[in-house]
Amino acid sequence: MTAFHMKPTYQQPTERGYYGQFGGAFIPEMLYPNVEELRQQYLSIMAEPAFQQEYQQLLRDYVGRPTPLFEAKRLSARYNTRVFLKREDLCHTGAHKVNNTVGQILLARRLGKTRIIAETGAGQHGVATATVCALMGMECIVYMGEVDMERQKPNVYRMRLLGAEVRPASSGSKTLKDATNEAIRDWISNPVDTHYIIGSVVGPHPYPDLVARLQAVISEEMRKQLLEKTGSELPQYVVACVGGGSNAAGAFYHFLEDAEVKLVAVEAAGHGVNSGHSAATSVLGKPGIIHGARTLLMQDEDGQITEPYSLSAGLDYPGIGPLHAFLADAGRAQFISVTDDDALKAVVECSRLEGIIPALETAHALYALGQLGAGPDDVVVVNLSGRGDKDLETYIQQDLM
Amino acid sequence: MRDILGMTAHIQPMNRIQQAFQQDKKLLNIYFTAGYPRLDDTVPILRALAEAGADLIEIGMPFSDPLADGPVIQASSTVALHNGMNMRVLFGQLTDIRATVPDTPILLMGYLNPVMQFGVENFCREAAAAGVDGVILPDLPLDDYVAEYQDIFRRHNLRPVFLITPQTAPERIRRIDELTESFLYLVSGPGTTGSGAVQAEGVQDAYFQRIEAMKLRNPRLVGFGISDKKSFDNACQYAEGAIIGSALIRTLEGAEDAPAAAASFVSSVIK
Repeated sequence: MTAFHMKPTYQQPTERGYYGQFGGAFIPEMLYPNVEELRQQYLSIMAEPAFQQEYQQLLRDYVGRPTPLFEAKRLSARYNTRVFLKREDLCHTGAHKVNNTVGQILLARRLGKTRIIAETGAGQHGVATATVCALMGMECIVYMGEVDMERQKPNVYRMRLLGAEVRPASSGSKTLKDATNEAIRDWISNPVDTHYIIGSVVGPHPYPDLVARLQAVISEEMRKQLLEKTGSELPQYVVACVGGGSNAAGAFYHFLEDAEVKLVAVEAAGHGVNSGHSAATSVLGKPGIIHGARTLLMQDEDGQITEPYSLSAGLDYPGIGPLHAFLADAGRAQFISVTDDDALKAVVECSRLEGIIPALETAHALYALGQLGAGPDDVVVVNLSGRGDKDLETYIQQDLM
Repeated sequence: MRDILGMTAHIQPMNRIQQAFQQDKKLLNIYFTAGYPRLDDTVPILRALAEAGADLIEIGMPFSDPLADGPVIQASSTVALHNGMNMRVLFGQLTDIRATVPDTPILLMGYLNPVMQFGVENFCREAAAAGVDGVILPDLPLDDYVAEYQDIFRRHNLRPVFLITPQTAPERIRRIDELTESFLYLVSGPGTTGSGAVQAEGVQDAYFQRIEAMKLRNPRLVGFGISDKKSFDNACQYAEGAIIGSALIRTLEGAEDAPAAAASFVSSVIK
């Protein structure tokens, strides 16, 4: 095929996992056989009719898909535009994360793996992994930063109740980045029987593409539901929060090639982008390597990875998925950032106006409703990626009332 | 020396690494972290290791997120970074190192991101100027090395060292051997640095024997989990020598005289 025929797409990375200059697989040799095995097999396994049948059936009967697309009339009135919420919070386990873990555990079984490891930040991915491991009767070890274990206690208990072992990551900032380091080290130490279920569109190729494909069901459903409810498959805006970026990747995926759909990625500004306590990677990061991928990365001038901050445990990651780095670089997605305080305001607003208590991560995306400049006839879809139950302790401490 | 196309190109002068392997003995390669336990310990420790008889020395360039390293080297890296170690400081410390350590091969070991941010060309130029002989970057992919780094490394007569594990496929081992003009780093078994110990029998022996039977052109050093004379001697059965890192770092932790502790550690292994 000549270069002329290689129509560039946002969806599809190159064979070696590059989205523009971002992606790749920068891994030590100890990980190479596992990652290479996955790279060679993930597309063919996922294309097998038996895999698809099992995956679709679990999404329907176990996860509860399709999730509703809810027209949020009171938020619409508040922002003078037409707001739809994609209810990923209604997925089994309370967030979109399970779409990925259901797919990956089926993949792991077909690869002959018997032991599952995962990292988790807010705990939602850990819970979603522990859940599918219980379902499939597989051993499950979840790495979680000590700080996150403290601020997401209910999820730690949930994972243990589901039979998973939760191992604290006590190095560095003791959050998501460090949990990911520990999970990778576990994989290095267990190279034969273990599959690593990464929870976001990060890590070495093929993980960013694999996770994006498994989350793409979100935007696949959105298109059908929008057609039914608005007469068009295409909204004017799709809004999602970005830590590593899995719910955004899923919400954007089937709109990536529709240039007229504005994609808005919302990062955590923490105390403010320039406060020194932030996780706004697209603003504060520059190209570098984290967890096996070249992407935008928060780092000091010596290339040491810096410690991000956000009140939400799911957004304080110092990188973003290479797909998102590419979307930011190419201008295909607009990146904005929302502070802790503003996200907390959105928690209260969504709870009071729609009777939906959102996760703190999701609240960042909801706050962006006031910043889009959307008109009364515009259709705005916010990916309501998770519910707020896990954050109740934080909400109580922050005294939202 | 032939490159992967089989053409005799890029014939490089033998460097200190290859000279070291001409000795008729098993070689001890010692790793330590630059700037640990104190910022200015780098050069005194390096000299002490060389004088005590270390045959090759790897200087660890500390990184915030060292994925291939176990807790001991992670902790030393954290301390070194806290002490103010970075690439510029390290090259400053190494400026005159060849005046006092003329012959011992010196390798830099670290992770790709700090090297990328420093600039690969800058890094190689500074390393070569300081008299560094080789570079180990575990997260540098082979294809990226060939595409973007090989020419620069060669121009500065720096030798890359690649890792081989029990899971590395034979054809990949051949390719690594072709790309190497120093030694092959045989990771002893599954795990990060400092984990486990080399067993006397069993799986590891089969692995080492399998590699030995491949008749590779480069010599081999065994690393990961080698901690003392016994495990060193064990590892040397199937290789030209072995690499010790975490065990040395442990002896430096809290040592009043770090260079002296480093020297006596080396003596305890090669006595």
